[in-house]
Amino acid sequence: MSPPDPPFADEHDELRASVRGFIERELAPHAQRWEEEQWFPDEVFPKMAAQGLLGLKYPEEYGGQGGDYLHEAVLCEEMARVGSGGTAAGIGAHINIATPPIWKFGDEQQKRRYLEPAIRGERIGALGITEPGAGSDVAAISTRAERVDGGFVVNGEKTYITNGVRAHFIVTAVKTTPEGGHDGISFLIVERGEGVGSSALHKLGWHASDTATIAFEDVFVPEENLLGELNSGFKLIMANFQWERLAMALGAVGAMQLAFERTAAFAGERHAFGRALSGHQAIRHRLADMATSVYTCRCVTYDALRRFVGGEDPLKEVTMAKLLTQRAAFELMDECLQIHGGAGYMREYWVERAARDARLGPIGGGSDEIMREILGRVLGL
Amino acid sequence: MAATAESVLKPDFKTQRKHFIFTDEHEQLRESIRNFAIKELAPHAEEWEETTFPDSVFPRMGELGFLGLDKPEQYGGQGGDYYTSLVLAEEIGNANSGGLAMGIAVHTDMAMPPILAFGTEEQKQEWVVPAIKGEKILCLGITEPDAGSDVSGIKTRAVRDGEDYVINGSKTYITNGHRADAIVLVTKTDPDAGYDGFTLFLVPMDSPGVIREKKLVKLGMHASDTALLAFQDVRVPASAVLGQIGKGFYHIMWELQGERLIGAAGCVAGAQKCFERTLQYANERKAFGRSIGHFQVIRHKFAEMATKIESARQMVYVTAWRFNNGEYPVREISMAKLHAARVACEVADECIQIHGGAGYMREYGVERVWRDMRLNRIGAGTDEIMLDVIGRSYGL
Repeated sequence: MSPPDPPFADEHDELRASVRGFIERELAPHAQRWEEEQWFPDEVFPKMAAQGLLGLKYPEEYGGQGGDYLHEAVLCEEMARVGSGGTAAGIGAHINIATPPIWKFGDEQQKRRYLEPAIRGERIGALGITEPGAGSDVAAISTRAERVDGGFVVNGEKTYITNGVRAHFIVTAVKTTPEGGHDGISFLIVERGEGVGSSALHKLGWHASDTATIAFEDVFVPEENLLGELNSGFKLIMANFQWERLAMALGAVGAMQLAFERTAAFAGERHAFGRALSGHQAIRHRLADMATSVYTCRCVTYDALRRFVGGEDPLKEVTMAKLLTQRAAFELMDECLQIHGGAGYMREYWVERAARDARLGPIGGGSDEIMREILGRVLGL
Repeated sequence: MAATAESVLKPDFKTQRKHFIFTDEHEQLRESIRNFAIKELAPHAEEWEETTFPDSVFPRMGELGFLGLDKPEQYGGQGGDYYTSLVLAEEIGNANSGGLAMGIAVHTDMAMPPILAFGTEEQKQEWVVPAIKGEKILCLGITEPDAGSDVSGIKTRAVRDGEDYVINGSKTYITNGHRADAIVLVTKTDPDAGYDGFTLFLVPMDSPGVIREKKLVKLGMHASDTALLAFQDVRVPASAVLGQIGKGFYHIMWELQGERLIGAAGCVAGAQKCFERTLQYANERKAFGRSIGHFQVIRHKFAEMATKIESARQMVYVTAWRFNNGEYPVREISMAKLHAARVACEVADECIQIHGGAGYMREYGVERVWRDMRLNRIGAGTDEIMLDVIGRSYGL
């Protein structure tokens, strides 16, 4: 047995085996139904929490496992085995983008009220940044929070919010100065209640996810729900981008590995012209290309992960990993679909779903174009 | 731990961070090879494209210890780990001469390893010791006019005759073939034994009957001398057998793994060098009122190239880590070789495009990189062979 690729160690392989077992036993069998129903049940959260999976990286004092980002990385990769990008996205939004700002920037009381129940799977979180008029250009958001006695009144609209229908609380970016921009954005933890309206969106993929538009109409948010310092929200947004993108890269690596394994198995079983599909050189070479792509993506992603965990500020490496893996994953899924032929086009197989789900990668978490812009800056251009 | 707004908006992009496989010693070595390549080799790169690089490069590099970095000290090597030879493969790229890098790599990473691994003490003393000093030059003979990727199809025969062997056949595309003092030669000793019918020989190139037929003219790698060799009744003693009789095929398959990984490292370095040169050009060249690098489309081309190069580099490093740990990762080496060679060719082509007309001109050097890099998708196992090896590794 060769050792796991750095930065992972044997303990992470053990965690991986147990996470994979849980997912294959408890979640994957329902994926098809959840996709059709365009909703995975809220009970998935407490179910995962019971295994400790919603708090792998969080301190024990808040009910977490006291692990670190490497443990979380294992989960990010393995979530692909649910076979439902939408379900993985819902869980991912909760643990990778909604709760980390509370953990990092929240005060003690906020952690008790939101992080603890989130780790237990009792309260579900969402992160609200994107708006109908502001996506990649985050500084252009227009949702306003007006100062009032004892807190803020929020008006505006957020869109493409994962967990947007089911979330009990939304970690929301708002303008707290008339100008907004880099120095005028703050974060509020907005609880679902009066004035908060959600409507689910229909999508190309990620069907089990309740991605939504959320409207805020004169929503009162108390002072104590201000997360971090006033007007320092842009920093909060940027702070978690690296992990969010790394989590996406890890998810792509997991999804690619699984898709390759399944397609190689299919090509070994399916016969045409007197032999297995994989006995045809053109197919064998495509599979070899796919395997190479998985290895490429893994090496790049693990290097970025190692640097991230090691306390470096690997902006370049994470950006490259995000850019490379998301497109590679989509291309690989499309190849898998092609090798499956007519079956690949049918909903009863996993492939067409995987291809649809993977298409979000080059858009979500910062589009490919934004990644190239960041890298252009890294290169001094 | 995570990025702060400040670092995103005003990042410190100059910071170069070490990869985990390298230590400070490797970085020092890197520095000294780089300085040597820039000072003593690069100034002659243009000239050597016309004349091939001179034999004197070997003793000079031997003197500096660069020809035996990862070779045992008892034979005059530096006794370093595998990563040291990776560093050489990367930094020799600063010579700006793909042909020179190839000539050196054939000597250090293709011909020497089988002698060290399978040779007798006498063979090591006779050839490896002077080779590490750069006093003797080595080459490796596998390919023939009628057998390339299909190594098992080679026809060069070695026939036992009393205490000796008599060798007949021909070898082609042999790097260092004209300058070499000895060749590690793949022959067939038993035509009926299939893969078990091959034997390696270590043949002095001044043996009667060894004919250096012609210098081959190539698309690129002009600084390298590439030969077509003929062997006509070349008589060698049994002590010229390298390794086990009948095991030559397996010996050479082993050798190819190290060669491919070193080749992949060379591809990454070549691509990186070409990238940096083009980045500088894009910052200086103005069009429509600004540096062309500041047009978004060009900027994104650089972002794509940087990502591709980094992906190949990570594959090489992680795979080298496994190799250095004593694993024999044939699948991963094949993947790294395949990917790195493709990346090098794609990057070189994109660099020509960014240079525009200048890229097409010899004086800018980019077209040379393009020509040099193109070999990597063919040499040491074609892309198609890599894909076959990878496919087979999954039982496909």
